[in-house]
Amino acid sequence: MDFNFTSEQDQLRDMVARLMREQYDFDTRRKIASSEPGWRPEMWSQFAELGLLAAPFTEEEGGFGGPIETMIMMEEFGKGLVIEPFLQTAVIAFLQGIIGGEKIFGFAYAEPQGRYNLNDLATTAKKDGDGYVLNGHKAVAHGGPMATHFIVTARTGGDQRDDKGVGVFIVAKDAKGVTTRDYPTVDGQRASEVYFENVSVGADALIGSGDDLALVEKVVDEAIAALCAEAVGCMKVLNEATVDYSKQRKQFGVPIASFQVLQHRMVDMFMAAEQAVSMAYMVTLKLGEDDVERAKAASAAKVQTGKAGKLISQDAVQIHGGMGMTDELNVGHYFKRLTMIGQQFGDVDFHLKRYAKLSAG
Amino acid sequence: MDLEFSPEDIAFRDEVRKFLEESYPESLRGKASRDEYEREDFLLWQKTLYERGWGAPAWPKEYGGTGWTSIQRFIFQEECARAETIPIPPFGMNMLAPVLLAFGSEEQKQEYLPPIIKGETFWCQGYSEPGSGSDLASLKTTAVRDGDEYVINGQKTWTTLGHFADWIFVLCRTDPSAKKLQEGISFILVNMKTPGVEVKPIITLDGSHEVNETWFTDVRVPVANRVGEENKGWTYAKYLLLHERSGIAGVGRSKRAVERLKEIAATEVSHGEPIIHDPTFARKIAELEVDLTALEYTELRTLAAEAQGKGPGPESSLLKVKGTEIQQRLTELTLEAVGNYAAPYFRGFPKDGDNAYPIGPGYAHMAAPLYANMRKTSIYGGSNEIQRNIIAKAVLGL
Repeated sequence: MDFNFTSEQDQLRDMVARLMREQYDFDTRRKIASSEPGWRPEMWSQFAELGLLAAPFTEEEGGFGGPIETMIMMEEFGKGLVIEPFLQTAVIAFLQGIIGGEKIFGFAYAEPQGRYNLNDLATTAKKDGDGYVLNGHKAVAHGGPMATHFIVTARTGGDQRDDKGVGVFIVAKDAKGVTTRDYPTVDGQRASEVYFENVSVGADALIGSGDDLALVEKVVDEAIAALCAEAVGCMKVLNEATVDYSKQRKQFGVPIASFQVLQHRMVDMFMAAEQAVSMAYMVTLKLGEDDVERAKAASAAKVQTGKAGKLISQDAVQIHGGMGMTDELNVGHYFKRLTMIGQQFGDVDFHLKRYAKLSAG
Repeated sequence: MDLEFSPEDIAFRDEVRKFLEESYPESLRGKASRDEYEREDFLLWQKTLYERGWGAPAWPKEYGGTGWTSIQRFIFQEECARAETIPIPPFGMNMLAPVLLAFGSEEQKQEYLPPIIKGETFWCQGYSEPGSGSDLASLKTTAVRDGDEYVINGQKTWTTLGHFADWIFVLCRTDPSAKKLQEGISFILVNMKTPGVEVKPIITLDGSHEVNETWFTDVRVPVANRVGEENKGWTYAKYLLLHERSGIAGVGRSKRAVERLKEIAATEVSHGEPIIHDPTFARKIAELEVDLTALEYTELRTLAAEAQGKGPGPESSLLKVKGTEIQQRLTELTLEAVGNYAAPYFRGFPKDGDNAYPIGPGYAHMAAPLYANMRKTSIYGGSNEIQRNIIAKAVLGL
């Protein structure tokens, strides 16, 4: 048992933290998020130059890290409220050709009727000669406006909600028949509705066999692990800000930190964040296990992170009082990001059910 | 003991319902669910009610009150909530007016009350300051006597709808040497157009503009604008806060919001099944409804006590705490219900005035902003921590 980071991992954390501090301060980020195009292509180039896009890959895969490095980076990205689609590109797509920064991915898996169920797909991929023809509407594809390519789930066979017949495709955004509607998201990021109308792709667009729900589940679990780490970054910022504020803010002639009712709430926030850190470690270290163990770990982590994120974000706003409600202070922005993470890839109830089912065997 | 409304109350309810169906202004329909209003919207609705003779149900008859019982007032609010009318801003009607009625001069009542009931003036509240929130009595804005005028300097904050207001009632320190902070405060009415008054918007985390900073720089107002006695403003301020809390339970609006939530939960599906049939989600809605029922009957008990001449007391803190917890819970469950389509952000969209922006279902557009916005309810009007302190002290004697 060892929860220590290597010195290389510490260096990676320091490097990302410095990048966040120097180029991703709150005011800069706020300005970028609220203007067009809503992200910084040059930041993406920096990610590539600094090797951050290679960090999720092992040496054999052409990189220098793995899931632990992803966790470290995502936590720091959480502190910076990073907008660029690192998760979709380096964690979910996780393909050759992204390390240099030339391809950026959006993840088009959700559908309007599908909620968080990965197998509920009305989008179809019909065999056509060697290739496929895609038709359908993908909902809320995070990172879509910045993407050059999409990872798309589509039905190669079976009925709409069958486990069988889930195919995974790579589709270039400029492919004929692909249209998007881009919009900002509540947490200052960008996403797209993606529409496929008779989009022809070659055989090489298909990743895997065309019957790959298990692969989608695995990739989403990896994304969940990364999101949990990002949430930890948000929680740490909020907890530190709240404790600081409570010491400075005076009412009735004393710092509000001296009120026991607030002390206990901040202790609860601290405990929730520590539990979330533990879960982020746990799920990251279990990503290599068999499907059931990995899925249980991911759902457990998502549940705990969802609960902690809600408690911490709500109490951080409450203890900051009116100031916590303002757009000007960073607190509300972390509140919104944690709120969105709480639902991304499934909320607490969804993952409790998934866990219960897996746990019952 | 009797849970039924009397036949008279039922007849009254039907009368209100008919009025709302026939006379609620067409231009205001649908605005309440979008939670976006203009100044003229509020004034129009007030004017409409005034013309029906229902402009100020809680006021004494001689000033335009309806003479309704507290149960009738409750029914009226319920029906307005059911019809999803826009809210009546409380600042003039429920905050300033009770203070004027109790402590104002006859001239002040004659000058300020009619324009409120007729929907001609819009008021806002000048209480909180950057350094004085929960600890309101520590406020620093000063009013210095200069002949027949006060000269006001300082800054108020969280001025809700101050950008719509014609007038503001301001708590000012008139005696900085008073022994206790609560002494030496006066309650002064200021026209927003007076030179030296400046309103600066505060944008909240949901992207909306509801609150403001209000700055006072050498603002001169006649001494006649002071309500009641000099240095006794704290008494009036506290009186006002009791009235502010009594309307805060929001039972009727929460009931309507539960209905909306159920409609959404009947539309949203998971694996093809409406989530309202999902036992976990159904249980959450049921728990909320049970809490709301408890609050409704607690409010009815309070109203019945009021009808017997017991004015709003510290119990109103209970209504504030539970009412706001339920309002927040409602937005939490609505956010959960809409799933992935909680993410798209549409405030200010679309710019061309098309209100049918076709991304995701319409009911999803405001789910996350409202969830964020409603966090304010456990902070404003005396934070819920302060309300619990009040109950601990004033009710339990701790």
